[in-house]
Amino acid sequence: MIEVRNLKKQYGDLIAVNDVSFSVNEGELFGVIGPDGAGKTTLFRMINSLIIPDSGSVSLWGLNPVTDYKAIREMIGYMPGRFSLYEDLSVEENLEFFATVFGTTIEENYHLIKDIYAQIEPFKKRKAGQLSGGMKQKLALSCALIHKPRILVLDEPTTGVDAVSRYEFWDMLIKLKQNNITILVSTPYMDEASKCDRVALMQNGHVLMVDTPWGIENGFSTSLYGLKTINKYKLIQFLRSSVSCKSVYPFGEYLHYCDKREDVNEKILIEELKQAGFFDAIVDEVKPGIEDRFMELMGNVI
Amino acid sequence: MRIILILIQKEFLQVFRNKTLLPLIFVLPIVQLLVLVNAATQEMRNIKVVIVDQDYSSLSRQLVSKFDASDFFNVQKVIDNKQDGIELFKNGSSDMILVIKNDTEADLLNNQESSVQILTNAINSTRAQLSFAYARSVISDFNYDLKIELSDFNVGKRIQTQSLFWFNTELNSKYYMLPGILVILLTIIGMFMSAMNLVREKEIGTMEQINVTPVRKSQFIIAKLVPFWIIGIFELTLGLFIGKLVYDIPIVGNLMVLYSFAAVYLIAILGFGLFLSTLANTQQQVMLMSFFFLLVFVMMSGIFTAYENMPTWAKIIDIVNPLYYFMNVVRMVLLKGSGFADVAKYFYGISGIALLIVPLAIWNYRKTS
Repeated sequence: MIEVRNLKKQYGDLIAVNDVSFSVNEGELFGVIGPDGAGKTTLFRMINSLIIPDSGSVSLWGLNPVTDYKAIREMIGYMPGRFSLYEDLSVEENLEFFATVFGTTIEENYHLIKDIYAQIEPFKKRKAGQLSGGMKQKLALSCALIHKPRILVLDEPTTGVDAVSRYEFWDMLIKLKQNNITILVSTPYMDEASKCDRVALMQNGHVLMVDTPWGIENGFSTSLYGLKTINKYKLIQFLRSSVSCKSVYPFGEYLHYCDKREDVNEKILIEELKQAGFFDAIVDEVKPGIEDRFMELMGNVI
Repeated sequence: MRIILILIQKEFLQVFRNKTLLPLIFVLPIVQLLVLVNAATQEMRNIKVVIVDQDYSSLSRQLVSKFDASDFFNVQKVIDNKQDGIELFKNGSSDMILVIKNDTEADLLNNQESSVQILTNAINSTRAQLSFAYARSVISDFNYDLKIELSDFNVGKRIQTQSLFWFNTELNSKYYMLPGILVILLTIIGMFMSAMNLVREKEIGTMEQINVTPVRKSQFIIAKLVPFWIIGIFELTLGLFIGKLVYDIPIVGNLMVLYSFAAVYLIAILGFGLFLSTLANTQQQVMLMSFFFLLVFVMMSGIFTAYENMPTWAKIIDIVNPLYYFMNVVRMVLLKGSGFADVAKYFYGISGIALLIVPLAIWNYRKTS
């Protein structure tokens, strides 16, 4: 059970993490989602005892990373955002090194990493630096798991990884939950939120909301319309200048639009657009996704 | 203990896989000792002399042949115009000009006294001073012969100097340079390589991964420094072997004294490397910093110049120069056969530096990471 209370970290004038509180249940796959610079890495580094918070507290099963860092380092498996294994050591040597450092052996916990490590085992004599991105990631995960950690902290593990490998990686994480490992993972990709049990949306050092992916999507307050026209740019300009516009932003080939009026519907919108000269406009009510919710929450902060 | 062992094993694996470091460890000492010891010699041979002989006397011819016979001098030309000599001097085909002016012999016979002029090229002041000194000794030698020749009776009472060069009887500069270069070698291993190795982990991010493991900072530091301590001792041995085999350097003293001192010296210099590594974030930064300090340390250590000639302030700075201590001890032990008691003061000095820099480095290391 992870308990984060009013955590704060400041670098000069920049408040990297600002009054963040949330809790993670045992065995949960918990995602921290937010754009670059939101404070995800700083938050994780405070949780895993690498940096000391300015104020607030973290508790991992009752242990404080500031004072009980020795005990905490035994129970955490950490995978930094940047590949940070020894590139001049082989796959096998890296794994053995981390196993020994944690006072265990590969054989002892092989069952934990079997599914993941088996995929790179054919290349175990190869230097870690010569592996492909996806294989590096698997090796890093194996090394973070080899001491049977109670909690796994993964900082943007899927950044810079191709779509197929990303998909595979999340499957591996979901499988790991069966071993009762609590997983804390950060990502800038909103679409990965749905893989988590619960997610925290983070922006500018603040946690905007913590909920299940489903809860987050359903929390969307108004109807959302998808608008399509040839001249997207002109349409955005028009809508932004309209008094009844609540929010509008591009979303793929569509514009996502919310209206301030309660009694508006697709037909009314199409009429209005035609009057404004957008004769080809298509308007559909769409189901809000996590991104839409995030945009809504962000709007509130700004 | 098991953690330290696996960490040390990892370090050695990395060193032996490092395609730049490994050749440096083995090739660097051999090249340095084979090339530098021969190149950085202070012995002077073949000083190019132009003699301006305006006297054309038997005396002047004797003096010319005296110079010609000397090992140090190589008489290029004997001319009669001083201006031509100066031209040769200017265009670099001569290092020294000896002017024997007209009537030198006549003056000597009539007035019992005469003089010659020596001009030396002082672009390199050491060389100029040495060639001047050599020339004077040739002339005074000549003087002595002259007295016997010109007097019918015995020269009378005089004190004759006989010099002996102790601890290096042949004034072999290799005996002097090789130990000095050995010191530089150990310093490079200790300071450069260890500092770069430590910063490397910071630079490539593996430090971050290590920091969340139960590995303690002290264990990490020990494991980083021990391999380079061992490599340093190995380098010393390799250097002494080359010295003995190639140059037949004298090893008069007890090697135990030398190795004990090297052991402490390496701790001090590794501590210094560690300290530099805490100030840098990239290998490039730490390289430049170490380079700066190495240069200062070497120039002030007394490898090329005598410590005794330095100004007082420089001698005071040398109190914190680890190379100064080792430079003295290695020469004292190898050439003179100094024992523990003789080098005690240097032992205290280097131990003092080690006791100062190592805790400082560890303290700074903890603070920064």
